[in-house]
Amino acid sequence: MIRIAPELIAAIRAHAQRDYPSECCGALLGRAGSAPSPASTKWVLVLEPVENRREAEDASRRFLISADDYRAIERSAREKSLDVLGFYHSHPDQPARPSDYDREHALPSYSYVIVSVREGRAGELTSWTLDDDREAFTPENIAEIASASR
Amino acid sequence: MATQIMIPSALRRFVGARDSVHVEAATVGEALSRLVAEHHDLHKHLYDESGRLRSFVNVYVNDEDVRYLQRDDTQLKPGDVVSIVPSIAGGSPKPNVYAVEGLSPEEVKRYSRHLIMPEVAVDGQLKLKGAKVLLIGTGGLGAPAGLYLTAAGVGRIGLVDFDVVDYTNLQRQVTFGTKDVGRAKLAAARERLGDLNPEVEFVLHETRLTSDNALDIIRDYDIVVDGTDNFPTRYLVNDACVLLGRPYVYGSIFRFEGQITVFATEDGPCYRCLYPSPPPPGLVPSCAEGGVLGVLPGIVGAIQANEAIKWILQAGDLLSGRLLLFDALKMTFRELKLRKNPECPVCGEHRTLTSLIDYEEFCGIRGEEVQSDVSVPTMSVKDLKQRLDKGEDVVVLDVREPHEYKICNIGGLLIPLGELAARVHELDSARDIVVHCRTGVRSAQAVEFLQDAGFERVWNLKGGIHAWSDEIDSTLPKY
Repeated sequence: MIRIAPELIAAIRAHAQRDYPSECCGALLGRAGSAPSPASTKWVLVLEPVENRREAEDASRRFLISADDYRAIERSAREKSLDVLGFYHSHPDQPARPSDYDREHALPSYSYVIVSVREGRAGELTSWTLDDDREAFTPENIAEIASASR
Repeated sequence: MATQIMIPSALRRFVGARDSVHVEAATVGEALSRLVAEHHDLHKHLYDESGRLRSFVNVYVNDEDVRYLQRDDTQLKPGDVVSIVPSIAGGSPKPNVYAVEGLSPEEVKRYSRHLIMPEVAVDGQLKLKGAKVLLIGTGGLGAPAGLYLTAAGVGRIGLVDFDVVDYTNLQRQVTFGTKDVGRAKLAAARERLGDLNPEVEFVLHETRLTSDNALDIIRDYDIVVDGTDNFPTRYLVNDACVLLGRPYVYGSIFRFEGQITVFATEDGPCYRCLYPSPPPPGLVPSCAEGGVLGVLPGIVGAIQANEAIKWILQAGDLLSGRLLLFDALKMTFRELKLRKNPECPVCGEHRTLTSLIDYEEFCGIRGEEVQSDVSVPTMSVKDLKQRLDKGEDVVVLDVREPHEYKICNIGGLLIPLGELAARVHELDSARDIVVHCRTGVRSAQAVEFLQDAGFERVWNLKGGIHAWSDEIDSTLPKY
């Protein structure tokens, strides 16, 4: 389960709408005990929006956070004494469900938040974790918390 | 010489919840083999089936990607730090639109009872998946309609409602549970329907449908299922559907009887062809006033879902040009033929209605309020309570029905509105009379009648016995 403030959900939706028709992406930072797992409750406290490194024509259905960006995200998390808990991205004009491509490129433990954007308007928002056998994603509950304060 | 390998947070639980691991190694290749040898579960996440590092797994020595050094052969010096750095990638399922997507193995399982019928089959299921249905109202009719449309795998379902779940809803609005009382209907419906079928995309319109927003909302859908219970909304939905060319699946319920048809199909009649003008306000009671058998909307709403699904599949004979009448007591279905009215102002040959109008005014709703609330003298429940407490001589006249009186009463004299004319002699025109009903509509008519009959000291109890329950005695049940 992830716990997240409604303001952060709204910020993800706004980011997705801003970047439409391209996919947007970003990282979820927060706390989840000693090491995030599918069973742990992840408290998402900070979003780190990241530039989609895909070329323009690809960006409408692919996103990429480069290794350098990932290192910057980890650094930022460390400075805030937080962990990288997962990532979010948008599916322009597609349902908020992970694709095979998502699965092939995912790591376990992380939460993958997907927001569907239809005709420029953000809609359904879901979260998923990769099964340890890498065969499928399992949907994850999203519970809203009152505020983003730490 | 021990080399430190930094582990990304996602993989830490495979190495004992540590953020780094120390291994003895002279090269990067050696360090990684030691790592996965000690921690087997890491292997499949770092390496693909052919044993190569996965494309998104990058390995750094200090600040350099080993791809730009000697890859696996990169030598490690004392103090070097090896980092496993994923790049994060992903994307949408397919470049094409929803409607032409195939079905996933889960969907094939979920819809297998559809897929094995030639009338539906894969093509039909894909039509459902590509379809966008707007459901107006998530209440009595909306509950079964929403559940079955969701279960059938309609791709996108828009839900329009702005109401909150109330105890009185639970007798028929089966989407909601007792725990949902007090919650927004949309949130509760979204949760229940999303659980039933997560493949469906739900768009929530938390608003009253009005002349200002109806065209914009309906435009985004292929077909409209109306689960509302009032005349202004029916005319509004009808006109908007005709103007936009969207079929309008109509259902109505009252007590034990239901009506169902599909209006505004390409060649079919519309609601105005059947009812060119609305009934006088107050003549047709709503379910809140007249009651409804809980299972009735279940049957009618399910038939509405059935017709919407048939329209999407282009299968069978649509209930267009036919009004189906269902009587739950007699258990009969009858059918009336409906014809397109060539004089219809919105769908006829000479159309005079080409944009939406003020439907409340059209149905005379505003006028009714004026009539019932302003033209007869009223008394508030607080004033009545005060007068009774002081022991003043006030006759409380209850004009509801006897079975309503049994649910709750404030000890008034019971003369149902329909019997008032015949029993008016039981009242003394010299005394002060305060008339009440459930919410104040029937009692206003009673006051008017009594005034016409020469009574001068009569008042309508504002808000009826409901207001009494709200403001004076909360132990009085509301119905």
